[in-house]
Amino acid sequence: MAVTRIATSSLKSLNKYDSFLGGNAYYVPPSFESIATTTVGAGGSSTVSFSSIPSTYKHLQIRGLSRATAGGIGAFFIQFNSDTGTNYADHRIEGNGATAYTDRNTSAIRALSGLQAGSTTGANIFGGSVVDVLDYQNTSKYKTIRALSGIDNNGSGNIAFGSGLWMSTSAVTSITLIPENTAFAQYSSFALYGIKA
Amino acid sequence: MPATYEPIATTTLGSAASSYTFSSIPSTYTDLVLVMNTKGSTSNYCQLRFNGDTGTNYSRTDLKGNGSTAASSRDSNRSIIDIASNATNDTSNFNTNIILHIMNYANTTTYKTAISRANNAATGTDAIVVLWRSTSAINSIYIAVNTGNLEVGTTLTLYGIAAA
Repeated sequence: MAVTRIATSSLKSLNKYDSFLGGNAYYVPPSFESIATTTVGAGGSSTVSFSSIPSTYKHLQIRGLSRATAGGIGAFFIQFNSDTGTNYADHRIEGNGATAYTDRNTSAIRALSGLQAGSTTGANIFGGSVVDVLDYQNTSKYKTIRALSGIDNNGSGNIAFGSGLWMSTSAVTSITLIPENTAFAQYSSFALYGIKA
Repeated sequence: MPATYEPIATTTLGSAASSYTFSSIPSTYTDLVLVMNTKGSTSNYCQLRFNGDTGTNYSRTDLKGNGSTAASSRDSNRSIIDIASNATNDTSNFNTNIILHIMNYANTTTYKTAISRANNAATGTDAIVVLWRSTSAINSIYIAVNTGNLEVGTTLTLYGIAAA
């Protein structure tokens, strides 16, 4: 068995808890881990992709702050494993500040997963999104996502939560995010996290 | 992979209070998540400000249901912003919970967007997006109620999530 000096081992980075009794800091297991992050540079980007996603987690979460280079308030979509077939569906309930409504897409080439600002919304305004990809490694189920997303433009705005379906039993190994309007604008950022069971 | 989703601060109110402030928030995370479980001294709802900014720099859009109707509304140019609509605080039980995601809070390029889900099984459920028109990094969060107090036992916990 290899011997590792404690001073150079990962033990050095552990938190130390003297007691779990009330009043002490409580322990949060390290089950939520950062996998990768993308921030869009000058000129924008037509897609944002995460590839070679490790298989060591139970669920994935994408957290984003985004804006498109064109249009007004719009959406962005998700594709898995570069599958561009009509294997996606989504439902959502959405509010626009005046009306609550619901919508869906079936047999689509991508699933709607978030809302974001566009070039005609106010400067510096970005939409926020949290998208969960559930049981992404399971090869017996189709894959389901759920999302909470919104963008407020001080006088206009939309907020939605919804679900999406990828009709494939393949394990998810890559994710592509696609804006409704042209490209993701500079400073848009997406972070991918893994959640262990 | 680095683990991340760390508690920054937590409090359980030991006496009724009309507000609570998380201050000196470190800038070392990417997003913040505020988790609240609340009870009011009267039927009230929670509001917030960032960095003590009392200017009319806040707005929001909501989506809400009360068991019979789904609706959406908005507020613009407010000096403090509501983070619950139908999910008001009860006076009898801790029925209200709010989970607020504050996205990329420390960046100094974008205005700040937060999205939340607020729930009260007795009164309704909400999804809300909040805009703070400031490029300043968020270093404090002020939580208040529109009238009365937050009652003893109300909990507020702030988490930080750091991207790689």
